[in-house]
Amino acid sequence: MPNVLPPEFSDLEPFAAWAVHGEKARYEKRLASTMDELQEFYDAAFARIDEALAYLERFAVEDLSEEGKRLLWLYCALCTVAFPVEAWRQPRVPDSGPSSIDAVSEPLV
Amino acid sequence: MAHFEKPAEGSWTEHYPELGTGPVSYDDSITPEFYESEREAIFRKTWLNVGRVEQLPKVGSYFTKEIDAAGASIVVVRSAKDEIRSFYNICRHRGNKLVWNDYPDREVSGFCRQFTCKYHAWRYALDGECVFVQQESEFFDFDKKDWGLAPIRTEVWEGFIFVNFDPDTETSLHDYMGSIGKGIEGYPFHKLTQVHRYRAEIGANWKLFIDAFAEFYHAPILHGGQYEPEERAKMGDVGYEAIQYAFDGPHASISSWGVIAPPKDPSMVKPIERKLRSGLFGPWDAPDLGMKELPPGVNPTRHRNWGIMSYVFFPNFMILIWKPNWVLTYHYWPTSHNTHVFEGTCYFAPPKNARERLAQELAVVSFKEYGLQDGNTLEATQKTLESNTPVKTFPLNDQEVVLRHLHHHARQYVAHHRAAGGQA
Repeated sequence: MPNVLPPEFSDLEPFAAWAVHGEKARYEKRLASTMDELQEFYDAAFARIDEALAYLERFAVEDLSEEGKRLLWLYCALCTVAFPVEAWRQPRVPDSGPSSIDAVSEPLV
Repeated sequence: MAHFEKPAEGSWTEHYPELGTGPVSYDDSITPEFYESEREAIFRKTWLNVGRVEQLPKVGSYFTKEIDAAGASIVVVRSAKDEIRSFYNICRHRGNKLVWNDYPDREVSGFCRQFTCKYHAWRYALDGECVFVQQESEFFDFDKKDWGLAPIRTEVWEGFIFVNFDPDTETSLHDYMGSIGKGIEGYPFHKLTQVHRYRAEIGANWKLFIDAFAEFYHAPILHGGQYEPEERAKMGDVGYEAIQYAFDGPHASISSWGVIAPPKDPSMVKPIERKLRSGLFGPWDAPDLGMKELPPGVNPTRHRNWGIMSYVFFPNFMILIWKPNWVLTYHYWPTSHNTHVFEGTCYFAPPKNARERLAQELAVVSFKEYGLQDGNTLEATQKTLESNTPVKTFPLNDQEVVLRHLHHHARQYVAHHRAAGGQA
């Protein structure tokens, strides 16, 4: 499979499946994952966060390359999985049962 | 011990004697009968926020809104005269829904030069005038000028579009918003054009969900898990006190402290927040919105630890203004006595780069995590309130004064409506 992320983030290619477009889809992937999977992605992405932030800071959102967009989506997914890993210790918000709050529109990336 | 000064009466609640201090009943939130009265007395009589002017960027831009509580579907449009107009979303010919796509019950938005009914191609100009009738000569004593769309009163406050289904209302939107609204005027809402919209179907009465967002007494407990353990313990000890509560008519405001953006000590917050310099309170590095000074109703006491204003505009609209220059709005659209549609919308300044976009993302998903906790808790509350229990009244403390105020005014509206002979 061709690389989807900027070349300097090739070590994150095994986690390219987390470069998901849209908050709703990212949240669904979180709920469909085990804590081990979330932790593994979190650890790998968090380890490169300083470099990723430096990369993203260089571009306006509309000027991002396709690879740059995917890096942004991947780190948006890190935001989505940070709650289970850092706070909840489970994929779902505690006591949230069947309730859902869904993104209906968000700024284009 | 009080950290912030209360009114001379000794409490916020006693400062407003009409609210009382006794236990309250939630029988205004658990029966179809009371809800039917609310639909007539409140949702067809007061000003309801349906969106913002930025949603209608040019002449011909429109969106529809399904307002079950008022029993109406409406279409809101920017007319050829560059005015914001609203109409009942119904074709004058045979009552077809005029503006919709694929699924009649879903809201839509878009751009058009005229509205054309899918059924017989009657056409309406953006100001509602009927401009084309198929085989017009087949009708009897007919002048299409008499068959324009039915208008709804529509006014704009600070870029927020409101409608009022009462054609006889004597209160302008500006007057309706009162001193609470007046105090925010001039805030640069129009600069916050980076918008994230969320929607949820909640199995609880609309007022109970407002209650959840109108007090922070619950925050250290229900949401405690989001904080680092040491910080959580500290918050549990201190609890919550508002800096100030203010009321005018049915509207309310809460001024709250919030030293978390940025935090005094980075170890207070989670690792991702430290890295992205963002969290529930928003990105820590506030964008410059060109404000010389906050409007007088934002941080009214000019407290140095101020962090967030919450405004409850009766009946179902909340604005939250956060210190780092972003805004969150909540809408609660009832669909029955024990269900409603919740809308949460985050408004940011456009990010200067992709890193700022990421910081905004963390604020948005943090809002969602909290909202999910609140939402499910309330579905449980609704069920227990409706259950067969001897527990009928509930004590509300002084930090829950906005709840007391909201339910008081909902009851007042319904009582006046019934006293005036209202059927429902």
